[in-house]
Amino acid sequence: MIASIAALLVLQLIGTIIIRFTGLPLPGPVVGMLLLFAYLLWRGGTPTAFESTTRTLLRNLALLFVPAGVGVVTYLKAVADQWVALSITLIASAVIAIVVTGIVLHLLMPRVARGRG
Amino acid sequence: MHSLAEIWVYLEEQPLLWLTVTVGIFWLCQQIYRMAGEFPLLNPVLISVIAIVILLLATSTPYDEYFDGAQFISFLLGPATVALAVPLAAEAATLKRLWLPITIALSVGSLTAILSALAIGAALGLHGEMLLSMLPKSVTTPIAMGISDQIGGSPSLTAVFVILTGIVGAAVGIPLLKAVGLRDPVVKGFALGVGSHGIGTARAFEHSDRAGAFSGLAMGLNGALTAILIPIVVWLFGL
Repeated sequence: MIASIAALLVLQLIGTIIIRFTGLPLPGPVVGMLLLFAYLLWRGGTPTAFESTTRTLLRNLALLFVPAGVGVVTYLKAVADQWVALSITLIASAVIAIVVTGIVLHLLMPRVARGRG
Repeated sequence: MHSLAEIWVYLEEQPLLWLTVTVGIFWLCQQIYRMAGEFPLLNPVLISVIAIVILLLATSTPYDEYFDGAQFISFLLGPATVALAVPLAAEAATLKRLWLPITIALSVGSLTAILSALAIGAALGLHGEMLLSMLPKSVTTPIAMGISDQIGGSPSLTAVFVILTGIVGAAVGIPLLKAVGLRDPVVKGFALGVGSHGIGTARAFEHSDRAGAFSGLAMGLNGALTAILIPIVVWLFGL
């Protein structure tokens, strides 16, 4: 597990350094992800220990967003005046975007792949 | 037992307190969510955030102080983002087969997310900085804040809209997709990633690794595409 965490941190660090020196408009961890993706494809598989650590991390991803979510508290006043319009816009737009994307992808999927889980 | 208040004062200075509160409340909310048969409006992120916000307001704790402790959790978002490559690499064959449908669905979905926010927001009387800050709400926070800054929005307001959009998508996305007859985990995950970025992706991983993989992919691609599309939309509509 420690080796896996070290590897993730090293990749994030490399990603961050690349961004720092190239000025690419991407977050450092995303570059780290692309590097890891390329490596895993080249290697042709993921080591079991690494897979189990990353799975645990990703299965609990939701928790990691809670502290940022609580940050909304600092803007309660700023959005208070227009909260009805803001809520309706956010909810409706999220719902529309998700459903439209889902339907388009479903309709374009090759027939054999459709409905297979 | 001379004072619970003294213990509180001591604990309040420790980052450990808010770290423990965050993990503890989230765990509790997760248990409630499961017991309630995964009822969408009891989404653990949604309920934890509400509970902690109430707690901070009730104890007059500034967010900065809360974040001193909670930052240790946020920090893991970096390594978790890197880790998204693992499920995605496992889906390399599917990815290769579906690249065209994915590209088209991404383009349509990305544009829909931007234009629906613009149309609905404008119709409801939002304008100026508020409306501009709303446009990048479907993409992951660092990218969304960069776009907002570039088009004259407020990056911090955008961060709030991004989080709320993610929570909405995570709460209602999967039941909605099911309601319109979509059951394939690839479709569900991808749609969640386009519409509600990382928080949607977190929800997709609770569903299955496959849904999570495509959700993470969608989140990344949509971040990049939205950064290109929004300045064009802003220019076209003269915002």
